[in-house]
Amino acid sequence: MAVGKSIIRKEAWDKVTGRAKYTNDFKEQGMLHAALVTSPYAHARILSVNVDKAIAAPGVRAVVTGEGLPLTGEDMRDRPPIAVDKVRYYGEVVAVVVADTLAQAEQAARLVRVVYEPLPAVGSPREALKEGAPLLHEHLDRYEKNKTTHPEPGTNVAHRTKIRKGNIEQGFAESDVIVETSVSFAPSDHIAMETRCATAEIWPDGTIHISASSQSPFMIKKLLHAYFGEETGKVIVHTPLVGGAYGGKAPVQLELLAYLASKAVDGRKVSVWNSREHDMVTSPVHIGLEATVKIGATRDGIFKAMEILFLFDGGAYSDKAIDVSRAAAVDCTGPYHVENVFCDSLCVYTNRPYATPFRSFGHCEQAFAVERAIDELARTLQLDPWEVRRKNAIRPGHTTPTQVRLNQSNVGDMPACLERLRELMRWDEWQRVELDAYTVRAKGISGGWKTSTIDTDASSGVILTFNSDGSVNVISGVVEIGTGTKTVLAQIVAERLKMDVDRVHVKMDIDTQTTPEHWKTVASRGTFMAGRAALAAADDAIRQLKEIAACVLRASPDDLEVGFGRVFLRDDPAIFLPIKDIAFGYKFPNGNAIGGQVIGRGHYILRHLTPLDPETGAGKPGPEWGVCAEGVEIEFNRRDYTYRIVKAYAVIDAGKVLNPKAALGQVMGAMSMGLSFASREGFLFDKEQRVLNPQLRTYRPIRFGEHPEYIVEFVETPQIDAPYGARGIGEHGLIGMPAALANALSLAVGVPLNELPLVPELIWRKQKGDSYGPV
Amino acid sequence: MEETTKRELVLSINGERRAVVARQAETLLFVLRDGLGLTGAKPGCLNGDCGACTVLVNGTPIKSCMMLAIETVGKEITTIEGLDDAPIQHAFVRHFAFQCGYCTPGFIMNAHALIERHPDADETTIQEWLEANICRCTSYQEIETAVKEALAAKKVETKF
Amino acid sequence: MVPFDFAYYRPQSIAEATALFAALERDGKRPLYYGGGTEIITLSRLNLVRTAAVIDMKAIPECRVLDASADPLVFGAALSLTELEEANPFPLLTKAAREVADRTARNQITLGGNICGQIFYRETALPLFVAEADVIVAGPYGVRQCRFNDLFHQQLQLGRGEFIVQFKVDRATATLPHFHRKRRKQGEVGYPLVTIAALKKDGAIRVAFSGVCPFPFRSAEVEAHLNDRSRPAAERIQAAVAAFPRPILHDIEGSADYRLFVAAKLLEDALRELGEEETM
Repeated sequence: MAVGKSIIRKEAWDKVTGRAKYTNDFKEQGMLHAALVTSPYAHARILSVNVDKAIAAPGVRAVVTGEGLPLTGEDMRDRPPIAVDKVRYYGEVVAVVVADTLAQAEQAARLVRVVYEPLPAVGSPREALKEGAPLLHEHLDRYEKNKTTHPEPGTNVAHRTKIRKGNIEQGFAESDVIVETSVSFAPSDHIAMETRCATAEIWPDGTIHISASSQSPFMIKKLLHAYFGEETGKVIVHTPLVGGAYGGKAPVQLELLAYLASKAVDGRKVSVWNSREHDMVTSPVHIGLEATVKIGATRDGIFKAMEILFLFDGGAYSDKAIDVSRAAAVDCTGPYHVENVFCDSLCVYTNRPYATPFRSFGHCEQAFAVERAIDELARTLQLDPWEVRRKNAIRPGHTTPTQVRLNQSNVGDMPACLERLRELMRWDEWQRVELDAYTVRAKGISGGWKTSTIDTDASSGVILTFNSDGSVNVISGVVEIGTGTKTVLAQIVAERLKMDVDRVHVKMDIDTQTTPEHWKTVASRGTFMAGRAALAAADDAIRQLKEIAACVLRASPDDLEVGFGRVFLRDDPAIFLPIKDIAFGYKFPNGNAIGGQVIGRGHYILRHLTPLDPETGAGKPGPEWGVCAEGVEIEFNRRDYTYRIVKAYAVIDAGKVLNPKAALGQVMGAMSMGLSFASREGFLFDKEQRVLNPQLRTYRPIRFGEHPEYIVEFVETPQIDAPYGARGIGEHGLIGMPAALANALSLAVGVPLNELPLVPELIWRKQKGDSYGPV
Repeated sequence: MEETTKRELVLSINGERRAVVARQAETLLFVLRDGLGLTGAKPGCLNGDCGACTVLVNGTPIKSCMMLAIETVGKEITTIEGLDDAPIQHAFVRHFAFQCGYCTPGFIMNAHALIERHPDADETTIQEWLEANICRCTSYQEIETAVKEALAAKKVETKF
Repeated sequence: MVPFDFAYYRPQSIAEATALFAALERDGKRPLYYGGGTEIITLSRLNLVRTAAVIDMKAIPECRVLDASADPLVFGAALSLTELEEANPFPLLTKAAREVADRTARNQITLGGNICGQIFYRETALPLFVAEADVIVAGPYGVRQCRFNDLFHQQLQLGRGEFIVQFKVDRATATLPHFHRKRRKQGEVGYPLVTIAALKKDGAIRVAFSGVCPFPFRSAEVEAHLNDRSRPAAERIQAAVAAFPRPILHDIEGSADYRLFVAAKLLEDALRELGEEETM
């Protein structure tokens, strides 16, 4: 009925009329505004912070600095919410100025005088790991951390994940050829069009009201408790529509500043709203990477061993970068069967903006390294790169790098994705062709897979209530960040209740006091977890409706069905009760009533997940592995080194497509983001590790008209325990794009291109044999 | 802050005359959002780079973060709130041409002006106009489809 | 958002504008002439510009003239770039304008603003260099006319309180064969790596550049090499590039040597398109 149709998203008309409201659209008389004072140095000792002039400036109500604040961090508490003693990245917050108007706050922020003593800055993971490199965190051993975080005190290693599967020496010994490839790219950014924003207000009764542009409203509650001892029941977080997130709004940062700022002004409401520049560098960024991949294979291209070193550029603070580095390790080989795997994945501290999840969560990064290596292996062996991938494609019965046995349900159909990609791309017709003296067309491909390494006890809850006309309200803690998940939940509920999806309403915004928790709106788990919860809630409502109807219709609940707005007898649908007559209890003609409000409740908690063994990595990190095969066709000009992305392809195992147009949109949007990242995005640093392009003027994402033609298809191999079999698809489109683009360009140019972004100057330099480094 | 630079401005917005007191240095975007409660125009960069704040001034798309409100006195301002069931809005909905919706008001205003000014726009003109807005969720292909459909409808309409 | 306050003035005549400037200057307001305003607003929020008064040029009739039927053609400094593009009186100028920022921004950016701004690319200056435009300047001492190429040497040589009212370009020059190309680091919007504008008059190529140096330029020496038909095109280009003024930009958009590589390729294109291929 509703599942499988391109249902228009519920908030569509709000969004095309300007009525949709985001955090910073809620204006209130008397609300105060904050401006952030940030560090112009990437690494420096703070000798003094003088706020006298700022406090005296017109309209200023408070200036908050960092002394006496607890350290914060989800996996390891290494970050002061406002820097004290030392700044560790360019753009780090050193003071927060609160004033009546934003203009006054901005003006006064310029009057805060901070005296710094610059320290040598660490610019890349490899640099950070060198003997004698400056240490970012001298007291790494003293930080509070969770059990799964393994820092290495005395170094810049925040965490190391080890994967040890099979026997790596034996694997290489059995190999006819060993190919080693190194890749790298600098940190970049999410660039959600809505910059992050948080407001906080503390009421006289002690309740703390936070509004936040966040993927993690429920986490904000928990962290205010963990860091500041606030009672979780007194923290109420409101999240309206979010203007793009892509992982960047999963971490909690501005919310803490808003809370501290409100505290400094007797609980008045304070808004902390990022400028684009602060959103790009002060708030967390997309992780950078330096990696080396060594593949051992037989002459006919069968992988025997993979040895992988990931050096993730976690930036100044570990935040969720630890998790990202672990996620890449968990799936380090890509969607291929490899018996002998040795991987070290390090989250390394550098004096760069700190990293956090970015759509695909370590997987486009992992894929860029491994898929470049696979192409190099194919080239060395003079084999078709598609064929090499097909031969090694992961299948049920194989095990993952963390030794999870795969079956028909928990992994998608990789061979089918590859096969369809080959047809769509007309791979066999040509892979490189010279159109004229200067113009070369080339194709590149990449595999991809992903499981969601999320907390083993992550859960989701859904409540269903009814309206007097029999229509339904769905209340879920999933944040509407643009993915349309709430509309999909409405479809799932409509399908189960066999009713018109137009009569299923969704509560768009989140209020943590009234909305059941959804762990975080991340990791493409919205449809799976909240979908399961929605199904359970629907079943719960159905049970209650049947119970009441059974009484009225004098029939066993087992003989009743719910659908089409009615509860009816299965074998005689003419005997029925409209849902609207029983959803609030049934009133007999004589006035007696039975039953009561029907409130459906449902929840889902992930099961059988385990932390990884610290020595071998063995463990079950996520519920299932979605797979994809992707490709890019480019046209390269050999004379001037420019190129055009002509076509981009993705074949993704969606399990089951619940909303075709929405699914296509998710995949194409992710592909666009991946191509933009790979072809033009990345922070540029000077030698002191200051970011030189923290503006959209100089950091330029892909624009209209620069986009290729997108060709997307789905394979449907159901995940048995997912709603209608649907797998997560919001991230897979991105995973293969950087690698496929690099593979296509490497083939076109005839030189391995292992760095991002792939701008013409990089290609020019690589072909000349130069290195291409920071300015 | 000197209060003396504040001034009452009477602006013509979406067909209504609206009086608002604002600093002379205030941009149109902030006056619309904070002074007049028209939050459809979105701040994305305040630097003229992203197009999320695009509104029409005398029918011409303008980045409202880059224009002073005082400059628009005597001109007709149209914001997304002033669009009444425009074909481009329907096309955006039909073709899933937005996801998070934050860039949408700016994109729609720009596309709407394009359709009104150049119903015969070719690929080059469409790109020239629409490359002024950044969308981070879609692939742009959805937007392209929506705009082309609305253009085609406009062409048919202008023929009769 | 402009975090500080300023007063906004909108004079209706040249005389009123210059008198306002003088009065505001006397009052210590450090006034700025204001065209489209995009750069003043951008730099204000970054604390790179500060003023207590802006003087909007857009109500001065002379600054708004667009006379495509006159000879010479007249373009007011307060015309927006898209107004110039749509009227298209000088195709090379249209092409140069069309590559600045994006179209919505160009609805605001004025010709005068693009040329007088602090951001050093000033790409609409290139067609005016090669067309040998005249420029009308107003200031405290009245209105004067001079050659654009005399007014602009790396920087605009305007006195305090002076502003550009109009540009004048010979009709015949405006329709000469020409070439324009802008290459960016990547993509279709953004600052240039190299922009070249060229036209061919009386068999000689005139060429101007932006993005190569921290200022736009036209160089007699560069042109002499390019027009030296005694040598093959490749050598002419090599000599021209070697004669570029210094420093060559080396920044986040691209390195100096890459810019020179790109400039040489664009010069090849320019020579070919301007009918010099027989010598290549």
